[in-house]
Amino acid sequence: MTLRKYKDTPSYTATQNACKTCTPLGATLVFQGIEGCVPLLHGSQGCSTYMRRYLISHFKEPVDIASSNFTEETAVFGGGANLKLAIENVASQYAPDMIGIATTCLSETIGDDVPLILNSMDNTIKGTALVHVSTPSYTGTHVDGFHGAVAAVVDRFNPVDKRIVYRPKKKKKINLFPGMLSNEDLRHLKDIFEDFHTPVTILPDYSERLEGPSWQEYQAIQKGGTPISAIEKMHVAVNSIEFGAVLALAAENGQKTAGDILNKRFGVPCTRLPIPIGVKATDRFLDILSQISGRPVPERYRKEKWRLVDAYVDGNKYVSKKRALIYGEEDFVVSIAGFLAEVGIIPVLCASGGKSKTFKKALEQTLPETLIDQVVIQNDMDFTCMEETAAGMPEDLRPEIIIGNSKGYAMARRLKIPMVRVGFPIHDRVGGPRILHVGYKGAQQLFDNIVNTLLTASQTESRIGYAYM
Amino acid sequence: MTSISVLKQRERQIYQKGNQPFEIECETKSLAGAVSQRACVFCGSRVVLYPIADALHLIHGPIGCASYTWDIRGAQSSGPELHRMSFSTDLSETDIIYGGEKKLKKALLELIDKYSPKAAFIYCTCIVGIIGDDVDAICRQVEEETNIPVIAVHSEGFKGTKKDGYKAACDALFSLIERNNAPRVTIPDSINILGEFNIGGETWIIKKYYEAMGVKVVSVITGDGRVDEVMQAGNAALNVVQCSGSVTHLAKQMEEAYGIPFIRVSYFGIEDTSDALYQVAVFFNKNPEIIKKTQDLIKEEVQAIIPRLETMKKDLEGKKAAIYVGGAFKAFSLIKALKTLGMEVILAGSQTGTQEDYEVLRQMCNEGTVILDDSNPLELAKYSVEKDADLFIGGVKERPIAYKMGIGFCDHNHERKIPLVGFEGMVNFAKEVHGTVTSPVWDLVPRRQKAAGKEGAI
Repeated sequence: MTLRKYKDTPSYTATQNACKTCTPLGATLVFQGIEGCVPLLHGSQGCSTYMRRYLISHFKEPVDIASSNFTEETAVFGGGANLKLAIENVASQYAPDMIGIATTCLSETIGDDVPLILNSMDNTIKGTALVHVSTPSYTGTHVDGFHGAVAAVVDRFNPVDKRIVYRPKKKKKINLFPGMLSNEDLRHLKDIFEDFHTPVTILPDYSERLEGPSWQEYQAIQKGGTPISAIEKMHVAVNSIEFGAVLALAAENGQKTAGDILNKRFGVPCTRLPIPIGVKATDRFLDILSQISGRPVPERYRKEKWRLVDAYVDGNKYVSKKRALIYGEEDFVVSIAGFLAEVGIIPVLCASGGKSKTFKKALEQTLPETLIDQVVIQNDMDFTCMEETAAGMPEDLRPEIIIGNSKGYAMARRLKIPMVRVGFPIHDRVGGPRILHVGYKGAQQLFDNIVNTLLTASQTESRIGYAYM
Repeated sequence: MTSISVLKQRERQIYQKGNQPFEIECETKSLAGAVSQRACVFCGSRVVLYPIADALHLIHGPIGCASYTWDIRGAQSSGPELHRMSFSTDLSETDIIYGGEKKLKKALLELIDKYSPKAAFIYCTCIVGIIGDDVDAICRQVEEETNIPVIAVHSEGFKGTKKDGYKAACDALFSLIERNNAPRVTIPDSINILGEFNIGGETWIIKKYYEAMGVKVVSVITGDGRVDEVMQAGNAALNVVQCSGSVTHLAKQMEEAYGIPFIRVSYFGIEDTSDALYQVAVFFNKNPEIIKKTQDLIKEEVQAIIPRLETMKKDLEGKKAAIYVGGAFKAFSLIKALKTLGMEVILAGSQTGTQEDYEVLRQMCNEGTVILDDSNPLELAKYSVEKDADLFIGGVKERPIAYKMGIGFCDHNHERKIPLVGFEGMVNFAKEVHGTVTSPVWDLVPRRQKAAGKEGAI
């Protein structure tokens, strides 16, 4: 019996326990990943407070987000004056290098022309760059806000009329647009580039800023982040790498991505890859990196790879043909699905709250043909529908493990299915930002965690509780 | 810490107790760009109504507001848990252009059919106020069709502050109570517990005390709340209001409409809990049994916890605490409770305090204490460090500020899981404070290392 018969998912008008959040959140996260940048939301006070809370609960670090603080009068007469006042106050309180301004549903609906307001200020205040991204909360999800902000920043600091003064031939610099990854992922990627002796500009990079040390003196803006001076030089890189299989398809369909802007304006080639999770995807990433940099894959990664494959072998019978429910941001789900497939786990339900039209296609490109028949792929899905779909599957087809961010916990608890926490956000555990997903090392940690979670479950269920695997 | 400067426009909202005359600006809109710790009108409504466990809470707007408030409070229920779900109309671009009324109605009918709630609250978010959906009309239609109370909560985020959200929630609650058509019969020796949200099971602790005193609890608004119970609230003889900022408006409405008087109390700390219970006992002084039982209860409870508090007090004596909370009323209780533990308050602030609140705070605090209204991360960090705090009491957004500077932290907001009210709550509070303040990790953090003159501090 194939799963095809059970592909019916319940349909409701309301969203119940959303598997996504709103667009501006992604933009504020990007702004946190730029050195000296303070995010500012053009909207109600609540938006910035809620997003701060959401991000702080994951990162366990201060996350300051300013607000232009709409009032009833602002909503009627327009938010220009409030926005200017907010910009002035952020500038004098934080002395930032950049203020990242994201809109909200409110300012977008009343039709505030933010670019016009910023133009009237020459897009700067006391030398601080003002960068705007349009993020109406009623279109897309936090991922769209994220990619939108990355593109807006690249666009701003690499304008059309910028002249390529010098493209270094020897020190081949590469741009990396990693998408929404964990701090540990970003740190690992930096290590990889360092081991390839290849300079890289990663945008955004919140890995230091949102996971730094305790302080002697309070830092208005935490240290770390991609320096603006580096972003300004992105147009002289020899190549851009953009992670995300769904993003790649979106770019094919005309979405303006950061890599795309640099390609069209300055001819910087853009290589699009899925997020490198698992052996195959990491192979691909390292091969590309080797080609672009002209350097061989360093020995330590060969070692890591074969250690990982050996671990796959040691654990193969505990995972083979196990069924998983995975969810989260579309690109993340696609890459996790690819990883699960290569160890023999069937991702029977791949869900996302995202609404891109290419999620299914990206998964079809990633998963082997023999598997795709057994997989329910559903975007624009919330946790309630996910739970009902999983519960509605016949027992021999139902998921045996749940893999995703902490928001699936209530579902996992009710379904009594063990859960492995990955991705963003992790609100109910420490160390969420330290979860490594990418590279051989990331796959190693994910694999160990998944096998051990399955072993714990069978150990707990066992009447006797055995002492050996 | 001279590096942190305070915004000129904010200076009037900061007061340091000393020689200068007392003057503080408050109850104003937050300053744009100041990074206020406040939330919005919607948040105010959402937190007050949230614990009603058998009601449907549908948030009308784009997804964010529902996502950010999903399962946000530690408000427990002894039965249904519908309140822990997050429902949103998840408005998209077409809904913004053509209006969200149809979608709202369809969503409501489906959800009511699926979950059989006892009532439905529809929260209007920012955008609803702009696109002009007639939410009241939809509510009336659905109420007629489904025969359950369907109530619009006018909580558009930009239409004021969190306090206005409390008011909108009170209006919704009063409208629910008003739907009870049965004749009002005042139950003798009975109360409503108002402004108690059953965080970590606190409502149950308080109810247990009243039970022991021989006082009947008609309804709790809204801890472990049920629609039918809330609708009985008109039959109580007295409203006992905690967290006065959020529900005093409802108490006043009920006083005006039904003649039910109200008193303000707090159940936090030995002093305030005892005082609360005595106040209620004195109100029902026609029944001498109640006073007697109350005296016995308090005596027994206090005696049981004092030795445990004394042990912890030895380690806490003279330590300094900073407090930043939503409503100033909570700060009063915290100051007293910290004094019980031998601690001194060096910073006290709130998001929504009034002039009178801050006057009371000033009187309660020692010389040099900093009093802040609607503060922000930079100010809170600046003064906590300047005053060398050992402990910070606040919510999620204040926690990293404290931790970054090597200051212990106690969560006193709605996300916590541990009950802090009543006598046993005081022991929990002391354990929380004691645990964090005496943690050995502070010896390792850079600021403390530097203060100790140790090498290698970054």
